[in-house]
Amino acid sequence: MLIEQLINGITLGSIYAIVALGFTLVFGVLGIINMAHGEIFMIGAFIGVVTTSVLGLPLWIAFIAAIGVTAALGYLLERIALRPLRGKQGVSHLAPLISTIGVSIILENLSHHLFGAGNQPFRNAFADIQFQIGSITVYLVQILIFVISIALMLTLSFWLSKTKAGKALRATAENLETASLLGVNTKRTITTTVIIASAMGGIAGILVGMAFNSVNPQMGLSMGLKGLAIIILGGMGNVKGAMAGGLLLGVAETGIVAYGDSGYRDAVAFITIIFILLLRPQGLFGKKTAEAGR
Amino acid sequence: MRRVIKKSYLVITALMLVLLAACGEGSGSGSADSKGSSDGPVSAKIGVISYLTGPGAAYGEAITNGFNLALEEVNEKGDVNIELVVEDSAGKQEQALTVSQKLMSDDEIVAILGPTLSTEMNVVAPEADINGISILGTSTTAAGIPQIGDYVFRNSIPESLAIPAALEKAVAAYDVKKVAILYGNDDLFTQSGFDTMKKVAEDMNLEIVTIETFQKGQSDYNAQLTKIKDLQPDLILASALYNEGAVIMGQARKMGIDTPFLGGNGFNSPKVIEIAGEAADGLIVATPWFAEKENSKVQAFVEKYKAKYGMAPDQFAAQAYDALYIYAEALKNAGEADRDAFRDSLAEIKGLEGILGEFSFDKDGDVIMDPTVLIIKDGKFQIFE
Repeated sequence: MLIEQLINGITLGSIYAIVALGFTLVFGVLGIINMAHGEIFMIGAFIGVVTTSVLGLPLWIAFIAAIGVTAALGYLLERIALRPLRGKQGVSHLAPLISTIGVSIILENLSHHLFGAGNQPFRNAFADIQFQIGSITVYLVQILIFVISIALMLTLSFWLSKTKAGKALRATAENLETASLLGVNTKRTITTTVIIASAMGGIAGILVGMAFNSVNPQMGLSMGLKGLAIIILGGMGNVKGAMAGGLLLGVAETGIVAYGDSGYRDAVAFITIIFILLLRPQGLFGKKTAEAGR
Repeated sequence: MRRVIKKSYLVITALMLVLLAACGEGSGSGSADSKGSSDGPVSAKIGVISYLTGPGAAYGEAITNGFNLALEEVNEKGDVNIELVVEDSAGKQEQALTVSQKLMSDDEIVAILGPTLSTEMNVVAPEADINGISILGTSTTAAGIPQIGDYVFRNSIPESLAIPAALEKAVAAYDVKKVAILYGNDDLFTQSGFDTMKKVAEDMNLEIVTIETFQKGQSDYNAQLTKIKDLQPDLILASALYNEGAVIMGQARKMGIDTPFLGGNGFNSPKVIEIAGEAADGLIVATPWFAEKENSKVQAFVEKYKAKYGMAPDQFAAQAYDALYIYAEALKNAGEADRDAFRDSLAEIKGLEGILGEFSFDKDGDVIMDPTVLIIKDGKFQIFE
């Protein structure tokens, strides 16, 4: 049971981590919390359902479709809800937060209208492939989720630290005007960031659909809140922190259910976060970014 | 300035007087109307409060469809002539209260049907009781609702009736000794279902191996289910709405848990099969409504409903349909459109044959009825033997 629960925890944690990576990327560059990220994740999951269950297309097309649609949503989000508010005189720094909340409400109601209020099943043969190791059952999907989350984290870290675009992004995060003066196309950098973050939300959406076989219009909200808690736990804007925080929260939640009382699942998880933050106010990995960001 | 205010007060007072007079006249003519028609069919207006917009609008739609279908038949029969005044509560307590007050203040309205949710009923029923107007819930199954007052009734089978019926049959069929309970702890309805389940299981001397909880909209139930799987219960009691319940069953079956599930009223929906597919097999529920019952009344209702609304009726439509018949019978027996006379004849109703079965009220205004126990087998609800 211990190992099975650990696998459950890591699966859940990996999904949290992918959602949190999207949050942390946008926060790192723009310094805002993208409240619509959870809903973009939900749309990604629905695209997965529509392509595999309704249209009967193979899974890899579902991935491409979900990435495509969520990337397009990311572009629209940046173009319509974020860019017009940036750098304008007299715009409160909270304005982009509110406009992303608006987008999240629109997306939730849109999918409610299009797909209905209930859960949609995500039927896929791939989700049923399993291995038997001793008395323990492991699903290929669970391994896939873990591998994808690690791969995304490594790719992002590499991209941010080693490539030219990554450097441009970090420069933009450091100071928008200076970066712009130094010849960085900040507009394009920001747009790219939001698009990549959204596409990652879409990937997470499909993975959740496959792992838990449930997709509904309300799933974005709870996932979004968890993602938010994780980036605070891991350190705002820190990629490794998002990964570690996600896994920690996932395993902690599962552990509480397995060995404690499931009614206290969220309470204990969030109390743990508060304690960690009391000890390390900048988050687990947040030292550098916390200084640089301010 | 002061003079202007004084003058305007005068004008307002005069206007109010006129209005009052008009009101008096209105109600006067109203009562005259109902008296005049006492030789022919009894005419009355009945208020309906239903959940017509918002996430649960599907319930309200089924319920009002049930009312309207019964209304046509009842009025055609000619004993009574009922007119429905439908108001939308949007599933919100405060809106339910507002529209109920609107209905209660209309003297021509004799009684109220609805609202849809137990939480709404808890707010509206005390108000109706104070105003002395009968109110009957067709879908309010939480404990304690008819006990709110003398004017409060329901025709929906409460969990306290449905769960023991289902559990008794399941225990007999599977020789159940150990049960696990799983419930949503953030919803009044599933919580009240859980309380009933726990009490019934304890009364029947079953060993409860674990009690697990989940929250609305949760998508991962693997942790709870792995724990349950390890404890190997003979039966899993799940107080869940069908939306979460179906996903739980899907994940449980995938994990290799073949144990039968037993659900409450909220779990009883054909949607479970739609969402969970094959995994839904083995769900046991007790229900007042079974569309495949070999009964001419039931089959006629199903046919008519399908022809008119283009879909199969669910339990909400069926309960609403029977409720209107109950009201029609009460109105006929009362003989006049008077709120108190109506309440007294409503409380008297016994052994009324409807599509749900033989219906009577107990002394509190709660249901006396035998529920049918069903199980999902081969992707279909069937009678559980």
